[in-house]
Amino acid sequence: MELLNQVTQFVISGLATGSIYALIGLSFAIIFNSTGIINFAQGEFVMLGGVLTIFSLNVLQLPLAAAIVAAVAVTTVIGILFERLAIRPLKNATPLALIIITIGMSILIRGVVMLLWGKDTQALPAFSGTDPITVAGATLLPQHLWIFGVTVMVIVGCRLFFNHTISGKAMRACSFNRRAANLVGISVGRMVLFSFVISAAVGSLAGVIIAPLTMTAYDVGVMLGLKGFCAAIMGGMGSGLGTVLGGLILGTLESLGAGLISSGYKDAIAFFILLLILFIRPQGLFKKGETERV
Amino acid sequence: MKKLVSTAFASLALFCMSTAALAAPPIKIGALFAVTGPASFLGEPERNTAQMVVDEINKAGGVKGRKLELITYDTGGDATKAVQLANKLVKNDQVVAIIGPSTTGDTMAVIPVVEKAQVPLISCSAGIKITEPVKKWVFKTAQNDTLAVARIYEQLKKEKKSKVAILTVSDSFGSSGREQLKAQAKHFGIQIVSDDTYGPKDTDMTPQLTKIKSAKPDAIICWGTNPGPAVIARNAKQLGLAIPLYMSHGVSSKKFIELAGDAAEGIRLPSGKVLVADLLPKSDKQKGSLLAFIKDYQNHYRAEGDHFGGHAWDAMMLLKGAIERGGDTPAGIRNALEATRNFAGIGGVFSYSAKDHAGLTKDAFTLVEVRKKDWVLVK
Repeated sequence: MELLNQVTQFVISGLATGSIYALIGLSFAIIFNSTGIINFAQGEFVMLGGVLTIFSLNVLQLPLAAAIVAAVAVTTVIGILFERLAIRPLKNATPLALIIITIGMSILIRGVVMLLWGKDTQALPAFSGTDPITVAGATLLPQHLWIFGVTVMVIVGCRLFFNHTISGKAMRACSFNRRAANLVGISVGRMVLFSFVISAAVGSLAGVIIAPLTMTAYDVGVMLGLKGFCAAIMGGMGSGLGTVLGGLILGTLESLGAGLISSGYKDAIAFFILLLILFIRPQGLFKKGETERV
Repeated sequence: MKKLVSTAFASLALFCMSTAALAAPPIKIGALFAVTGPASFLGEPERNTAQMVVDEINKAGGVKGRKLELITYDTGGDATKAVQLANKLVKNDQVVAIIGPSTTGDTMAVIPVVEKAQVPLISCSAGIKITEPVKKWVFKTAQNDTLAVARIYEQLKKEKKSKVAILTVSDSFGSSGREQLKAQAKHFGIQIVSDDTYGPKDTDMTPQLTKIKSAKPDAIICWGTNPGPAVIARNAKQLGLAIPLYMSHGVSSKKFIELAGDAAEGIRLPSGKVLVADLLPKSDKQKGSLLAFIKDYQNHYRAEGDHFGGHAWDAMMLLKGAIERGGDTPAGIRNALEATRNFAGIGGVFSYSAKDHAGLTKDAFTLVEVRKKDWVLVK
């Protein structure tokens, strides 16, 4: 019974962490699918979400909701500038060159944030208190519910957008075949910009909702970005359910690994599984073929 | 053209003469701090403090009429860089002594350099390996973690608590703490019932704490630096752990209370006295130094002076004393440093000797508890 309770706690903690990875993974996949590049500055969007919310809250004295909206909006603008100034001008660059640019961008953003707000870790107050909630012998915080809720909302939102709106369908068309999309009159450039907008918004939103739990600093983006990237890889770089499941599995395995085997090997377990998946199913865990992306 | 060159030479010569005439050349002191990088929370206050102390000494007329010149380099917490910079300080800048580096890793790396060049080093990092065994040219100001462990265990013994769970961060600070916690347990009759670690960048420690909960210890000791311990404090509250939680001196600043929020309440930790300077009895030898340092730091940087800055304060003041007594040669400074007795600094009361280059006793730590978002002394 004791062990069962423990395992329930491991799984619940793991799912909460996993949802964060899933959200970040999702934002990786959105850009990958419309541009073919992996945006290594994604983790920095997450960091910006948290850091900017704290700034708007403490320095600009905005109420929490307004601070969140401001942070997400500013990060989205940074995403747009990034695409316009660093990605678009390089018309015929190889994906590798673009990826290197994103790495450079991530270092730049981190540096600027460090200079502006210093190196200290900061905490955002929890949205609805810190009184733990008991579920099946395990406990979680109200903030975890926020994370679950926002994750579900974002996933549903993405699904509706990509399957039921003209823009969403156009983005899928671009990801499937850019040339053909261009020929039928879809502005590929605009779709790429859209993908940066959505991905910066989703990434920063993830950063906002986790900041009360994990705290934030100029350099939190590195590890979160890496874990989100793992989730996206496990899902086969598709932006749908695969990535979400990938994130949840990664989080749960980490948590179970830390609790049941040894906390020293937590990250090693996660990365070992990632490598294993890349060897056995390079197309991702849940992907049947190249039929549907985005 | 010829005229121009000769004018330039003449003015240069004049310039050199005028500076030489003003004062004797300053005494050059090297400083290596991890101002950027993961250990910047150590290096930045250390650099600030060292510069502040030097400025103040110079304003008051220098040491025996000679100004000090502090040459600071940033190691970035990178041992390779630290070695290069230490070489630069010794060979190019020809400093008479070096303070820093900020981390144990950096310090261990530069020890061979200073030993070979025969230049005294006053390290600001805590690792016990730095001064044990004693190295001729190496001293340190940061308290050994041995002393912090002893302070916690002593308290547990007093409260008749014998079963502890330890949770340490997997970096050099945490593993050194873990080693000490395990090594000293037997001496205090303490049994370690659970031994877990966490990564420095981890954001959720509920798995480890859940495991600890089922081991039913009398106390949990967590060894790490921000933000990990704050996450642990919050996770412990989330899990409803009613077991006393002890932290290391690695989090002894107001920042920890700010990060952990309500979850910090009741947490205890061994701390240098700078945190609780105004609570100390008047009889405390360090009180004067502590208050002076806190006031100075507040005036200069509009921020709370912390221990890490305190390590640099101690290093600079010890050096100042050594130059006053031993002259301005590396060997003279070293010998005078080794002869330092009862210097009441920020980290504690230092008494170096040929056998002890760390110079502190466990009195350097006091046990504090967080109550109502502030520190109180544990009696």
